[in-house]
Amino acid sequence: MSMPFYVSPEQLMKDRADFARKGIARGRSVVAVQYADGILFASENPSQALHKVSEIYDRIAFAAVGRYNEFENLRIAGVRLADMRGYSYDRRDVTGRGLANAYAQTLGTIFSSGGEKPYEVELFVGEVGETAADDQLFRLTYDGQVADEHGFAVMGGQVEVVAGALASADVAGAPLDQALAAAVRALGHTEGGDRVIPTADLEVAVLDRTRPRPRKFVRLSPARLDTLLGERGSAQSAPAEGSVEESVEPGRASTAPAVDDPADPTDQVSGGVPPLEDPTTGEPPIAPPP
Amino acid sequence: MTDPRLPAAFLRPGTSSFADFLADQAPDLLPGRRALPTGDHSDLVPHGTTIVAATFAGGVVLAGDRRATMGHMIAQRDVEKVFPVDEFTAVGMAGTAGFIFELTRLFQTELEHYEKIEGTTLSVEGKANRLSTLVRGNLAMAMQGLAVVPMMAGYDLREGRGRVFSYDVVGGRSEERGFHAVGSGAIFARGSLKKLFREDYAEADCVMSVVQALYDAADEDSATGGPDVARRIYPIVHVITAEGGRRLDEAEVAAVVDRMLAARMSAPGGPVAELPEVSA
Repeated sequence: MSMPFYVSPEQLMKDRADFARKGIARGRSVVAVQYADGILFASENPSQALHKVSEIYDRIAFAAVGRYNEFENLRIAGVRLADMRGYSYDRRDVTGRGLANAYAQTLGTIFSSGGEKPYEVELFVGEVGETAADDQLFRLTYDGQVADEHGFAVMGGQVEVVAGALASADVAGAPLDQALAAAVRALGHTEGGDRVIPTADLEVAVLDRTRPRPRKFVRLSPARLDTLLGERGSAQSAPAEGSVEESVEPGRASTAPAVDDPADPTDQVSGGVPPLEDPTTGEPPIAPPP
Repeated sequence: MTDPRLPAAFLRPGTSSFADFLADQAPDLLPGRRALPTGDHSDLVPHGTTIVAATFAGGVVLAGDRRATMGHMIAQRDVEKVFPVDEFTAVGMAGTAGFIFELTRLFQTELEHYEKIEGTTLSVEGKANRLSTLVRGNLAMAMQGLAVVPMMAGYDLREGRGRVFSYDVVGGRSEERGFHAVGSGAIFARGSLKKLFREDYAEADCVMSVVQALYDAADEDSATGGPDVARRIYPIVHVITAEGGRRLDEAEVAAVVDRMLAARMSAPGGPVAELPEVSA
């Protein structure tokens, strides 16, 4: 009979957080901006079918980064929750706060339960009100934390780099074309230089309070984006997402890489990454007894 | 609701139908799932009456009168029985008023739910079939006098024309050519439209013929309400074209009704159909 090694709760949570964070950082960023008429969501997403930004209800939208199957699951649950609440009470009784709360509880429970792997997702839940002061933007992390964001927010990918580019642009409360231009510029900004993202690779949607219909969510088509963005210089697509997996020849299964890739939490090689230090003392971990 | 977490069923992949999800999770919210004592209960609740639909060159018109009756009484004189369900579809329903509202809300949510989950809208036939299923769910109630008989009008973007679907109480649907009416005054409205309907009418002419048909129905059927000029209660008229659906506002319908009434002052029977020439 073998005895399991003792793992401190701090170490367990840190391991799970590192695992989730690694997965989220692999993708590309999603940007949310509170512009003059509502909330704008923008992301670089070449897929026309697999959305990162979607409608939940009349005034509520959802954006996500991380694993598609996991956030798609959460999106559908959100649509069901909202439709059920709107059907049994009234359309006005469906709120972004209620939805964000349900997501937070769900993510938090999964994160701290030992049996399941934590979700590798981060979410935005945005809700437009009658005026800009009533707009709400929540950001939910993999462990169920909720943050109330103001002005703009970035999640996934190179968060600091993109957020830095947006912060210098002063986008909060700007008209749609300015907010969009700044958001798209920020998405194309990297430490190595700036890139013009082609409009076909952009996924942009807004919650626009000036729409006359009760459903305020609208996707901006590439044609509309071209008009709003104007002339930007020659566009350039990004290299494929998750470069290790997708550099494989099309039609062939991926093979296990021979070297450790810090961007891939599922690889079996653990050469290059040092084991995690003790979270309380900062000391390197002690090797398990042979 | 003490646990704020999303229930496991919400996170389970599966149906994109809201009605199926409700049947699984909260069957008491579905209209057809209630136990009822035996007998005919049709006189105990308000009933909505006549709905008329007609297609025209660029779309389709759906209209309904404003009366709800309970036995011999008028239960409500400004009831609404025609509703938009999405941008290109509208329904009008005759029958038990309470179930009309409930079924309409369910159908609206059903289509919106599908659109949000699948990221695309249902085909016109798909919508018509979904409504069939929802009506069928109400069958037990219908057998006890609490029936709902809907009619769906929609603009088919793929085929570029307006379409009308009618239903019976068991959910059987059939596509109607040109025009149709349901409800207690339907026989008279249909007879009227038979003489007034033209395939090549423009929107305004089609609206006029539909308003005429509702007037003819109200003329013969006590449960159908005519335009109430004193209270300014006019039929609800919903027009759907390639640009989407819109409900005509009160002033627009009032103008049509006023023109119709002015003509009926001299000819109470309404427009006269032309006979083919009879040889002497």
